[in-house]
This record gives sequence, C-alpha cells and structure tokens, in this order.
Amino acid sequence: MGSRRLTGEDAARVTVGLLVLGLPLIVFGTRLFPPTLTLHARVSEDGGWMPDVVRARVGEALELRLIADDVVHGFAVGQSASPALDLPPGQTVRTTLTFEEPGTYTFYCTRWCGPNHWRMRGVIEVSGAAGPTAASEPPLYAALGIDLDAPRPTPEVPHGRPSASRGAELAGFVPETFLTDSAYLSRSPSEVFLALREDAATRAFDDSQVWDLVAWIWSTHTTKETIAAGAALFAQNCAACHGETGTGDGVMAGTIPAATMDDPSSTEPLRPADLADPARLLSASPALLHGKITRGGMGTGMPYWGPIFTEAQIWALTDYLWTFHFEEPS
Amino acid sequence: MTRYELTQFAGVRRLLTSRWPQLGIQLLLLSGLILVILAGLLGSPVGNRNFAIVMVWIAWWGVLMLVAVPFLGRLWCSVCPLPLPGEWLQRGAILGPRGRGLGRQLRWPRIFRNLWGQNGAFVLVALFSLPVLTQPQWTAILLAGLVLLGIAVSLVYERRSFCRYLCPVGGFIGLYAQAAPVEVRVRDADLCASHKIKTCYTGSTAGYGCPWMVYPGSLTTNTYCGTCMECLRTCPHDNVVVNLRPAGADLNIGRGRGLDEAFKVLLLLGSGLAYAAVLLGPWNAPRAAAAAVGTTPWLVYAAGFLLFVVVLVPGLVALAVRLGLRLSRARLSLAQALRAISPAFVPLGLAAWMAFSLSFVLANLSYVPPVLSDPLNLGWNLLGTAAMAWSPYGAGLFPWLPVAVLVAGLAWTSRRAREIAGELGGGVRLAFPLWVVSFVITIGLLWALVG
Repeated sequence: MGSRRLTGEDAARVTVGLLVLGLPLIVFGTRLFPPTLTLHARVSEDGGWMPDVVRARVGEALELRLIADDVVHGFAVGQSASPALDLPPGQTVRTTLTFEEPGTYTFYCTRWCGPNHWRMRGVIEVSGAAGPTAASEPPLYAALGIDLDAPRPTPEVPHGRPSASRGAELAGFVPETFLTDSAYLSRSPSEVFLALREDAATRAFDDSQVWDLVAWIWSTHTTKETIAAGAALFAQNCAACHGETGTGDGVMAGTIPAATMDDPSSTEPLRPADLADPARLLSASPALLHGKITRGGMGTGMPYWGPIFTEAQIWALTDYLWTFHFEEPS
Repeated sequence: MTRYELTQFAGVRRLLTSRWPQLGIQLLLLSGLILVILAGLLGSPVGNRNFAIVMVWIAWWGVLMLVAVPFLGRLWCSVCPLPLPGEWLQRGAILGPRGRGLGRQLRWPRIFRNLWGQNGAFVLVALFSLPVLTQPQWTAILLAGLVLLGIAVSLVYERRSFCRYLCPVGGFIGLYAQAAPVEVRVRDADLCASHKIKTCYTGSTAGYGCPWMVYPGSLTTNTYCGTCMECLRTCPHDNVVVNLRPAGADLNIGRGRGLDEAFKVLLLLGSGLAYAAVLLGPWNAPRAAAAAVGTTPWLVYAAGFLLFVVVLVPGLVALAVRLGLRLSRARLSLAQALRAISPAFVPLGLAAWMAFSLSFVLANLSYVPPVLSDPLNLGWNLLGTAAMAWSPYGAGLFPWLPVAVLVAGLAWTSRRAREIAGELGGGVRLAFPLWVVSFVITIGLLWALVG
C-alpha cells in the first residue's frame, strides 16, 4: 500500500488543529499550573485578597505575582521593614519574600481602595524550624489589666491648649515619681493632672500651669522623630476615618458600615472617634491607646493594627495623638 | 468614471487568487481571535490591561474604522476570522473545493433576504455596547457567540448567509465600503452575459461560487461584496478585476436600493451620534445607565437609545425629505425619495464614526504594547513593553482632526444631496431641508465630541 502525499489541505488542517486546540491548551495550562503563586487584589466587597492564606517555609523564597483586578491597591507585610508595593489595576507586580522565623504574618492593602479597605488582609503561614526566639510578652494593656471597653470617668479638661514649653519652665517642681515610664504609660493625662493638683510640690500652681506640666511630662517621653513617624503613620492609615485633625471627619467617615455588634440593626453610619475631643482622649492612658490600636475597636469599625504595626510604630502613633491637645516643645 | 485596474499586474492577480496569503492572514487573525476569547474569559478584568478589550476595541476597531473601511472597503471581510470555522465545516475544506462538507446548504428564508436582520443585530449589540466595550468577559462572550452563531448558520444555510444577513459588523462595513476607493467588478459585462455556466456564482474546481450570493456581472456597489476573491479564482476569462476608483463612486448609484438599506444608513448615522454622546460626551448619567445592564436606568437608557436611533434620527431625515418633496416639484413617494437620497448620508455617517473613533483610539493606543507583551496577564514581558506607561498620542491634533473629518463629511453629504436632488428633479428646494438636517446632526456630533 503506497503512502498518500501530504497535500496543502492536510497542512492547513494540521495548522488549524494546532491553533484551535493548542492555544487553549497552553492558556489553560498556564492557568492550572502557574509557575508562580498569584495573589489577586479586589476591593473587600468583591473578595479582597484571593487567596487570603498563603503558605511558605522558613528560609525559602516565596515568589508572588500580585495583580489588582479593580482599583489601585497596595501590598505590604505587617511588621516588616520592606516598603509597600503599589498595585496599579491590571498590572502584574512581582515580589519575593523570605521569612526567617515560623509564624503567621499578615499581609494587607496599603491604599485606600474602598470603604472596607481595612478588611483587605490575608496571612502567610510560615512553617519550618524555629530559631531561638524570645518569649512573646502580652500587650501592656493586658499586663496592666486595663479593660479597653470599660466606660471611662469624665476627665478634667484644660481650658486652653497646654504647652510643653511653658511646662518646662516649671519642670523642676515635678516629683520624680511622675517621670517614670510606668507612671507615664499607665495614667491618663487627666489622672496625671489630678495627681499633680494634689501633690504638695505643685499644689500652688493654677490649673493652666498644671496642664502645662502634664504636657511637659508627655514631651519627656517622646521625641520629634517619634512624633514625625507617628504623624506619617496617622496620615497614611488613620486620617481617612479620623480626619487629618483627628476630629472624626475623614473622607471615609461616612462610609463605615452601620451595623455594630451592640446594635446589629443599626442603619446609621458609625462615626469614627473624635480624637480632638479632650473628654475622650485625655481620659485615656498611653497604655489604653496602645491597646486600642493593637486590638482594634471590636465592632466599632476600628481595625486592629497589632499584626500590622511594630511596637515602635504603635507607640509613635500614641505619642502623636497627644499633639491634638498639647503644644509640642519648640 | 475613471478606474485603474490593479489586477492588470500579474503579480497582484497571483497574490489575490492564491489561497495561501489569504489563509496565512486568516490563521493569524484566528489565533488572535482565540487569544482574545481566552484572555477575555481568563485574563485581567481591568479593561485597559486586557488583551481582548485593547486589541479588539482599540487596535482592531481603530484599524477598521480609520484605515480598512474608508480606504479598503470590505477587505476585512475577506480575512475576518469569525465565520471561518463555520465556513470550513460547511465546505469540508480549508483551501479549495474538495467534495461535500457538513452543511445542509438550505437557502436563507426569502422574507429575511435583506438588511433588516443585520439592522436588528446591530441595534441589539449596541444596547449592550458599554459593558461589551469595557468588560473583557462581555467581549469574549460576544465574539464566541458570533463564532457559534456563524457555525450554526453555516451548517444549516448556504454559503455565507451569516455574513450576508446577520453579522452586525458586516452590515456596518458593507454600508461604508461604498465610500472606499477600491472595488471588485467585472471588466466586461457582456462577456459575463455570454458566459453560460457562470462559474463565478456556481463555483468550479478553481474555487467556490460567490459565498456572498452575489453575481459579479451585476455588481454595482460594494455593499454586498465580501472581497473574498473567489470570483477572481473561478472566472475562466479573468474578467473579474480589482479596481482603484474615485472614493465614494458607489454613492452615485441610485437604483436598486431598498428601504432596508436606506434605514441602515440612518440607523448607523444616529448610532454614531448616540455613541459619541454616551461614550465620549460630557454627560455621566447616560454613560452610567448604559453600563448598568438589567437595571431600571439601563432600561430607560435602552428605550431612549432605541427611540433615538430607530425613530428620531430616521424620522428627522424622513421629515426633511418630505418637506423637500413639498417644496420642490419632484414627483416621488416618500419611500422612493428616501431610497434614492439615503446614500447622500453615507459620508456624514462614515465621518461621524471616524471622528468618534479618532477621539478615543489615539488617546488609548498606548495600551496596545503592554498587552501584546503580556497578553494573558501572566507577568510576561515578551516584547519588553509590558510596563509601558499610558500616553495619549496625537494630542496636538485634537480637537481639530475630528472637526475636520466631520466638516469634510458634511461637505460631501451636502454636495451629494444636491446632486441627488437634482437627479430627482427637486433641485435646491429638495436639497435644502437635507442640508439643514445634516448640519443639525453635525452640530450634535461636534457638541458630543469636542464640547
């Protein structure tokens, strides 16, 4: 039996067959067996990060392909020194992460992508041999037994704006016991005011002067660099809800979902805390504020920042919040 | 009228009658179509980063509207990949004739042998145009649907019934191909008349009978000729030729036009205006409504769009024709006058679509290199252009270029309206209302496109 000669029609059919079957096979193959893990970013209402759980091994490079599917998102790993990556819509951004310690790391969106931006979080579960690590300590508010949600008594509030610089002129009268870290961190400015009011060394000063001393005590526990770092963090992460001046009128303030754990049927949008209200802030100790930032507002729409910020960053934010009430030292 | 025969050169005739160059382009475009459908379904949902949206609605549309249709007529139809799978199955072959294929080869129902089906298909697609133009999955589903419809029609009906009677793009291209400076025609009509077996229509071993169901010997306009070149292959006397000709030569042909064709002229003119206003105009409400398919605002938009393109614009032109007939002494019915006068509005319609296309194609052309470099959004950088930033091209040409195109279209339409009015015995009195309505539509286009 003689072999049939290949005709032009045969060649055309083979070519068409390869195209019609081959191209989809290649495309589906690259989708089913991607060489690199792909993280899709969509606004929370449409799914947030997909996938939102990623697994990695200690010491092994984790390659990620990041694609924003709708609006501009950002990508960063919490408590990491690596800079955030911007994810323009539709563009592929590649990054490689390596973890030295096992644990659960939070990755999150760094761009205000929508009302539920803060829900755009996922975790990287890193397994493998652990190196020698220090035992983790409970957050300060827990160690001090502070109930973050307990109602606070109406505080004493200043009539003017206390000045750390004016307070510095009277600083010699402040007893040493007011200046220790533990005393500073565990008491609200209002409590410090009352204690100074009662103390024999400062009893003679008027209210305004005592408030200046409270501001001065605050200033001795922070630096200009720390406040600047706190200001930058506030602007990037908090101002959208709390407003640039802390008054709770940020651009996203009206979009915070209404329902709360206390009142699931509520339809009124939640209003972010007015940090410029002295009755609210001056009744809170630094440890309480640190705890609120770390744990979040629990049903108030306030995100938890513990897995995102480092301890230093949370303290910087706490320090910065007092600038809404105290004049910084010149 | 002067013609210059391109096929007098043996090289050109060989190029056009050989199946391989045409098949090569068809396969390239078929690959692109498959990629478009896959990228539309599986790629990024971000339109300006998706191969489907960028390559179809910016690259292809730009080439089609700004180059292919105005200068090459229906040449796109000769390489269009949409009907190819159906046609190959119908024929049982990819190249030349070789026995019987799979199709039943029924004749298209007589009642639908007109442009009304295409008019309906165009309007139907137009109602969903905003999601189709911006959402990759819609584009993929539309194109895949057209391929499947093409296959289904080809397996039941003869030849390219899908292209001739249903394809929404085909009708569009056919209408404006009349303005193009190229044509497929016979050199000597008497020779055709004396040719008994009409292989150009019935086919031969050299090629298929006209897939578009057109007898080349009586071909007077480009509207229904798909420039597939089969008649050049099957004519034993090399009597079918490709000519260069004065642009718009078909618009001088008044006879043989039906109301379906007249309506298509006005439907597409109105659609050009509606598209310009909705997609590029300064009004956000209709754009938002057009995008919200299935909602009440979309239903209102759809009703408004239909009212505008099906009733208002054609009605306005009909009113102008009626007024012109009253003012003049032309003794024609409204239908007769509309059929005869409608070709005058082809240049303005083409100008409207060209100006509309210019307004967004150049601004968005820089999206093409990135998607070519990474067509499936897999992070590839095949051409080194994946990260190329968006940059509008030809910014200095705006708004003057679209304005110039529209003014040229208005001038051409006005001149042709005057000529036709003269031929109909109506003179300036018949032409005047047509000038007014053309002017009003042009103002509307300018308002929408350049504010």
